[in-house]
Amino acid sequence: MKEVFFLVRKEILLEWRQRYAISGILLYLTSSVFLVYMALGTAGGADLSQAPDTWIAIFWIVMLFTAVNAIARSFIQESRGLRLYHYIIASPVSIILSRVIYNTLLMLLLVFAGIPVFMLVLGNPIQNVPLFALTAFLGALGFSAAFTMISAIASHAGNAGTLMAILGFPVILPLLLLLIKVSQATVLSAVPEQTNGQIFNLLAIIMISLSTSILLFPYLWRAN
Amino acid sequence: MSRLKNIWWKVLCIILLYYVIIAGFLMDVPRLFILNETIRNLFFHVAIWFAMFIMLIVSMVYAIRYLKSSNILDDIKSSEFANVGIFFGILGVVTGMAWAKFTWGAWWVNDPKLNATSIAMLIYMAYFVLRSSIENQQTKGRISAVYNIFAFAAAIPLIFILPRMTDSLHPGNGGNPGFNSYDLDNTLRTVFYPAVVAYALLGVWFASIRIRIQRVKEDFRQLELNV
Repeated sequence: MKEVFFLVRKEILLEWRQRYAISGILLYLTSSVFLVYMALGTAGGADLSQAPDTWIAIFWIVMLFTAVNAIARSFIQESRGLRLYHYIIASPVSIILSRVIYNTLLMLLLVFAGIPVFMLVLGNPIQNVPLFALTAFLGALGFSAAFTMISAIASHAGNAGTLMAILGFPVILPLLLLLIKVSQATVLSAVPEQTNGQIFNLLAIIMISLSTSILLFPYLWRAN
Repeated sequence: MSRLKNIWWKVLCIILLYYVIIAGFLMDVPRLFILNETIRNLFFHVAIWFAMFIMLIVSMVYAIRYLKSSNILDDIKSSEFANVGIFFGILGVVTGMAWAKFTWGAWWVNDPKLNATSIAMLIYMAYFVLRSSIENQQTKGRISAVYNIFAFAAAIPLIFILPRMTDSLHPGNGGNPGFNSYDLDNTLRTVFYPAVVAYALLGVWFASIRIRIQRVKEDFRQLELNV
């Protein structure tokens, strides 16, 4: 447990020392939102506060692409030497756990930076802010749980960037659909009764990808 | 003679397939609203799905065995069963599309089960892209086995949770008459279960031939390495 804590701290420290990477990903997010704004503006109107379904779909799609790009860095853009060093000093379970925790923190930052930008540029259809915050939190957790493992898988192959998207999108889809479903409840002032079950399903999916990651990562790690 | 001892299941497979085709087209089927005669597709479309699911489970089991044993043969088996699974998946989509055209009026509709299937197909196609992009045999086996298990675990919610969340156009959902316990009377069962067994055996047969081909290729590769 202490190992995990130190590894997470190491990741944050490294990130802090090269701040351009995180500002790069924040800029990626902002320019994607702006791209959507311009595209919708040309198509007839960028205020989506009256079209919550479109708002939610675009929000999660942009978050998905941001997550792929942000989390791809965790294993793919790592030098072989550094990987071998980690292999020697830490157990695989604490490596994957620390990466998932770190990526969750990163995704939380990105998601909660993305929400105000979205609301500013595309209007605000969200009525139930606490529920949407909970959904966003679960989304950040789910994206990092699934994509951290996918990034570790893709890092072993050639053209890892493309492969990350190919491998990740079908795996992430149930999570994405559930996130959109739960988000649709947040545009209403009252919470529909099926939302509880959907949140439970969301948690179950996250638990599945987390536990399979922890179970399978040691085998992947040995392939170094 | 030892070959004859191992051939009984192939004979069984052919006999069952003949039985399924003949009985499936000729037997009396219950008349259900909307479905009518197309209920016969149960013996082909639904049975092929079951067989596909069996192939994919076998593929995953061999992936787990490969992680434990690092035996290249397990990796070959895992990938070939996934291959046959995709083949059955395509057959299932084709039979389902033909059926959908005549009961729903369109080749493809936005139905959760259809979407789930296309995603499952995408997962296994990605699996083969992943395999082809890794050179080293052992690394390839290990990485693709990990992805196989991971994707299978991720696809379970896809198959069991999502279709139940929304109404499906499929028989048995959303008020459509279906093959539920009260609809699926025993005459349908007498063909449906043999059909599942027949397609599963056929899949094992396909896979065993392809596994043999891969083994020969692997042996040749080893020979070249040794020379």
